[in-house]
Amino acid sequence: MDMPIVAIVVLAAGTLAFRLAGPLFRDRVRIPPRLEDLLSVAALVLLFALVVTSSFAGWARPAGVLVAGVLAIRKAPFPVIVIAAAATTAVLRLIGVP
Amino acid sequence: MAMRSISRTALRDIALVCTADAIVGASFGAIAVSGGFEPWVPVVMSLIVFAGGAQFAALGIVLGGGGVVAAVATGLVLNARLLPFSFAVADVVRGRWYGAQLITDETVAFALKGRDARERHDYFWVSGLTLFAAWNVSVVVGALAGAVVGDTDALGLDAMFPAVLLALIVPALAERRVRVPVLAGGVVALAASAVLPAGVPVLLSLLGLLARPKEA
Repeated sequence: MDMPIVAIVVLAAGTLAFRLAGPLFRDRVRIPPRLEDLLSVAALVLLFALVVTSSFAGWARPAGVLVAGVLAIRKAPFPVIVIAAAATTAVLRLIGVP
Repeated sequence: MAMRSISRTALRDIALVCTADAIVGASFGAIAVSGGFEPWVPVVMSLIVFAGGAQFAALGIVLGGGGVVAAVATGLVLNARLLPFSFAVADVVRGRWYGAQLITDETVAFALKGRDARERHDYFWVSGLTLFAAWNVSVVVGALAGAVVGDTDALGLDAMFPAVLLALIVPALAERRVRVPVLAGGVVALAASAVLPAGVPVLLSLLGLLARPKEA
């Protein structure tokens, strides 16, 4: 599996630039509230797309993710959600579900 | 840095978030190594990127065969939300520039709970330094465990990645102005994944932003 160090460094440098922008430019620039809102919704859109595209393989994995979704909607604590998802998938595989 | 203004409740909240993030960090390390990465990859990434969502996204896309460019692009778009965050906490970071690296969803949320400049400063730095330590230590532990366990699929660890993301997203979906574009983006990504190589569908999901309801 290939993840070149250059790629990691580019991601890190870009991320650091976003983080330094505020302390550096706060006096001169103001972030419009609409842009702020757009960026935070964009992050949620991407994360959900990742959930969707990484969930579908066989039946055991989507079943685990489904359990996580139901628990999250019911406001279960974070560790419970994550462990229940893994446990569901593991048990299904143990009994032979692909 | 005198930390006088941190209440016991705030310390407990910070400890809870550290625990949750440690679970995520350990699963990140384990998933990366069991997916075939050298252990230094998740460890270095966690130290210098220090943003869980982007780390999972980049790694997941490469593991899915999506290519490095799509992985980095997705990570950067994800982290663009840190731009307004860095303006929101600019005052508490000034003077100690390495604090910028500690800007995350969690630490900004803690900082903004502070009622005055001093509390904001203390909340940010205490949560930031403890989270940085918890995250990176747990990633190392996970990477080592992943190397030992070998078959992480039998443990269902591959379901953990989407589960972690769902747990992070679902609370925000209560708002319609978020829910509509998020679900629309999901549909776009799913449809695109039938015909396009991995990684591209995730970026295409941004089209879902066009479905944002107009402000009332």
